[in-house]
Amino acid sequence: MGQTIIEKIIAHNIGRESVKPGEIVTVNVDRVMLDDIMMPFIVNKFNEMGFKKVWDPDKVVMIYDHLVPASQQDDVRHYKVGDAFAEKYGMKHVHRSDGICHQLMTEAGYVKPGDVVFGTDSHTTTYGCVGAFSTGIGYTEMAGILGTGTLWVKVPETIRVEINGTLPENVMSKDVILRIIGDLGADGATYRALEFSGSAIENMTVASRMTMANMAIEAGAKCATFTPDEKTAEYCEIELNDFQKNLKGDADAVYLKTLKYQAEDFVPVMACPSQVDKIRNVTEVEGTVIDQVFLGSCTNGRLEDLRSAAEVLDGKKVAPFVKMIVTPASRKVYEEALREGILEKLIEAGAIVTHPGCGLCCGRTGGILSDGERVVATNNRNFLGRMGTSKVEIYLASPKTAAACAIAGKIVNP
Amino acid sequence: MEQFTGRVWVLGDDIDTDIIIPTEYLALKTIEDMKQYGFSPLRPELAGQIQPGDIIVAGKNFGCGSSREQAPEVVKALGIRCVIAKSFARIFFRNSINNGLLLIEQPDLHDHVKEGDTITVTVNQDVDHNGEKYPIASLPDNLVEILNAGGLVKAMQKRNGIHK
Amino acid sequence: MGMTIAEKIIALAAGVPEVKAGDIHTVNLDRMMSNDGTTHLTVDMYHNKLKHPHIADPKKMVFIVDHNVPSDSPKTAASQKKMRDFAREHNIDFWEGKGVCHQIMMENYVRPGELIFGADSHTCTYGALGAFGTGVGCTDLLYGMVTGTSWVLVPETVKFNLVGKLPEGVYPRDLMLTIIGEIGANGVNYQVMEFTGEGTKTLSVNDRMVLCNLAVEAGAKTAIFQADEIALEYLRERGREPKAVFESDPDAVYAREYTFDLSKIQPVAARPDFVDDVVPAKEVCGVRIDEAFLGSCNNGRIDDLRVGAKILKGHKVSDHVRFLVVPASQEVYLQAMKEGLIEIFMESGAIVMNPNCSVCWGSCQGVIGENEVLISTGTRNFKGRAGHPSSKVYLGSSATVTASAIKGEICTADQL
Repeated sequence: MGQTIIEKIIAHNIGRESVKPGEIVTVNVDRVMLDDIMMPFIVNKFNEMGFKKVWDPDKVVMIYDHLVPASQQDDVRHYKVGDAFAEKYGMKHVHRSDGICHQLMTEAGYVKPGDVVFGTDSHTTTYGCVGAFSTGIGYTEMAGILGTGTLWVKVPETIRVEINGTLPENVMSKDVILRIIGDLGADGATYRALEFSGSAIENMTVASRMTMANMAIEAGAKCATFTPDEKTAEYCEIELNDFQKNLKGDADAVYLKTLKYQAEDFVPVMACPSQVDKIRNVTEVEGTVIDQVFLGSCTNGRLEDLRSAAEVLDGKKVAPFVKMIVTPASRKVYEEALREGILEKLIEAGAIVTHPGCGLCCGRTGGILSDGERVVATNNRNFLGRMGTSKVEIYLASPKTAAACAIAGKIVNP
Repeated sequence: MEQFTGRVWVLGDDIDTDIIIPTEYLALKTIEDMKQYGFSPLRPELAGQIQPGDIIVAGKNFGCGSSREQAPEVVKALGIRCVIAKSFARIFFRNSINNGLLLIEQPDLHDHVKEGDTITVTVNQDVDHNGEKYPIASLPDNLVEILNAGGLVKAMQKRNGIHK
Repeated sequence: MGMTIAEKIIALAAGVPEVKAGDIHTVNLDRMMSNDGTTHLTVDMYHNKLKHPHIADPKKMVFIVDHNVPSDSPKTAASQKKMRDFAREHNIDFWEGKGVCHQIMMENYVRPGELIFGADSHTCTYGALGAFGTGVGCTDLLYGMVTGTSWVLVPETVKFNLVGKLPEGVYPRDLMLTIIGEIGANGVNYQVMEFTGEGTKTLSVNDRMVLCNLAVEAGAKTAIFQADEIALEYLRERGREPKAVFESDPDAVYAREYTFDLSKIQPVAARPDFVDDVVPAKEVCGVRIDEAFLGSCNNGRIDDLRVGAKILKGHKVSDHVRFLVVPASQEVYLQAMKEGLIEIFMESGAIVMNPNCSVCWGSCQGVIGENEVLISTGTRNFKGRAGHPSSKVYLGSSATVTASAIKGEICTADQL
């Protein structure tokens, strides 16, 4: 019988021909990602569990991003704990100020198609963009993996999302995934894998797919999967092997359900305060006055996102008294945007360009807001209190929409 | 069969991890330091009102959002005996089991219970609310194993030959 | 009797032919600057303490958000919102995230001969353009905002004769730290430091800003250079005209005079926790550091970034060091991008931040933790200034700071 992508990855990982949804299996972990905010907790649990060594230090990637640059005195403790842990157990992959964990995991080549990867952050689903099985876990389970190299998982059912056709000019993959989340609901894919296919998906860049995989968690999904193709191979700087080439849903694979979309039907949308699945067409909320715009995060802080925003902002100015904050997703993205003149355009338009990192998205610094303020943001969550007080209203949108709103000082359709 | 009775706090749908413990407080040193901020974006006074043994009854998708394990740890540290919800987000679910926080899925109770009511939970069997019984399912074996060990840390300690 | 530059500026602002040290005069203020450190307090007082709230001339006011940028907590966000709303309501020039206040003032507002109040102690920076800038509290600022005037006690002036030229690898910051080390943290308390002599001709306006900016660390009310051709050229480039160009009279009265030979100055460092605890930089070499900071209203200009980038090129920042590079303004940031300096910093592993005060004031964006050591081009090394009370701050030049970031311990550029 045919299999879905996630079934193929899990079966391959445990050396079997096939697996079925609902089965509980123990997978061998190819990579783990540990972020700064969880570091002291991971290390404590690891020590408490009584492990004497890390199963494979080369498979461990440690990334400081939520707390860089430090905004509170105690933040640096997280770096120190991480550094000491890396030193003691021989971890070499430590990124101290290179950008957001999820961006670095694929960009720096830590994740390849077909890998099984876990991270201490819910947006670990991102690596599905290159055809990996990746998902977020807590720090206790991470400590367990560091000691054993394994984790139990329940093979998820798969929801297939097929999108054919060509997206309109003003629509980005962010609009697509927001619409899908709206249709599925914030828990519509809980415990399930989302498998994306269709000609619109094939035409997308890896970066655009990353945006969608990143937000799969906002529909509750365990993971998101995309079929690795030539673009994936180029992005990962590898030649696809037979197993990787075969990572596509079989015609006779069993899906829980299939959602079909025509790309031409998509329009720019926003997730309105304060639920990720409260999706409205931008035209429905047009005219709403805003105080701030945030362009960045592991969802939409990549080169193509910055480029799209810069094109909209080129030669124009951010509206008076509106603050636009741009936080590139990684050092590499920053450098590329710098060389392309994108950062210059953004700054000349009046934007504040910060050092790469999680920035405002994780709500610890980077442009926190106050009661009654409204922000249009390109990140992944608009939860109550996520960017300041519970009286802050967060609208999630694509980089193009965000840039257009920055110029207008209110919500406008790009 | 294990049985306990507790006072109910009622919360809605999609109670996310940023509500359970905002990122602002995530890097505090201990869960004890954090717990006073539990649920603060939604109900700032709640953390101070919860008494040991109380039960949270919530709508769908409880614990959605981030992988922060501080969330179930804070809920547990506040003294919550168990959370009964229409459904749970998956990372939160795993994290809770790994920390020995009991989660129970029950689709109907939320629509009938009021804040301050008292309910009696018979594990793996039902929830009793004013004589009305709401059935609950039992957990898969591998989870029961972790719960029985007292959480994942204890399970790993056992594996590593540490007895505490 | 002759007057000094500072006395002439006060006389003009007071509308009197002559003033002398010790006089008290009511003056018309040319400009007032307030930043997000205290503006919310001024706004609160404006709303709550005044019977007839009124702003004398909104055009004289400049509000600048630079201390916590981007905002790092609901509290700072609320203060900044208060400031933003007030500026919008009263038509006050408002800058947010565009740079450190003093740099913005110098790039856009300050004119020779002006008397400027700023609700920030480093307002003395404006003397680099022959203006009298001085720091005040928010109550004084409020009074100035409401009335357009204030009172000043005419300070004595202390003359600093500069001779010679700084050697290669030695910077105005070394010179000023040396001067402060020599005269002490209260060496010119309530006095004006007037820099003069042929040595001043070797200093650009940016160099002069470094000197004037730190004058408050010696207790000065302000510091001042004569607005010479170098200053006027800086103004012309920015399309501004002087209000008045003054020079001190030959028979002006000075409280004291010092002479510093620039050619004798060596790289120095100020040790924790006092700006006047100045020693040759060599003496503190080898101290392990956790963070290095190149930035601030003292040393975050294009010249400083050029010095840093030149040293850093081809090197990597030490693994255990966070090297914060913070341009003083968007203008500086853009210029540094165009010159390829930002690329050098990023490729070497530095943390390049948006223009803001950063760790110089230690409240957001790069604060240091328990027992950490910072070497900084910031203005102050007071106890706990950059973060945790147990942390230590050394002050050095951009060259020393960059070299230290590479080595992982305090190190002068020539020893790298």
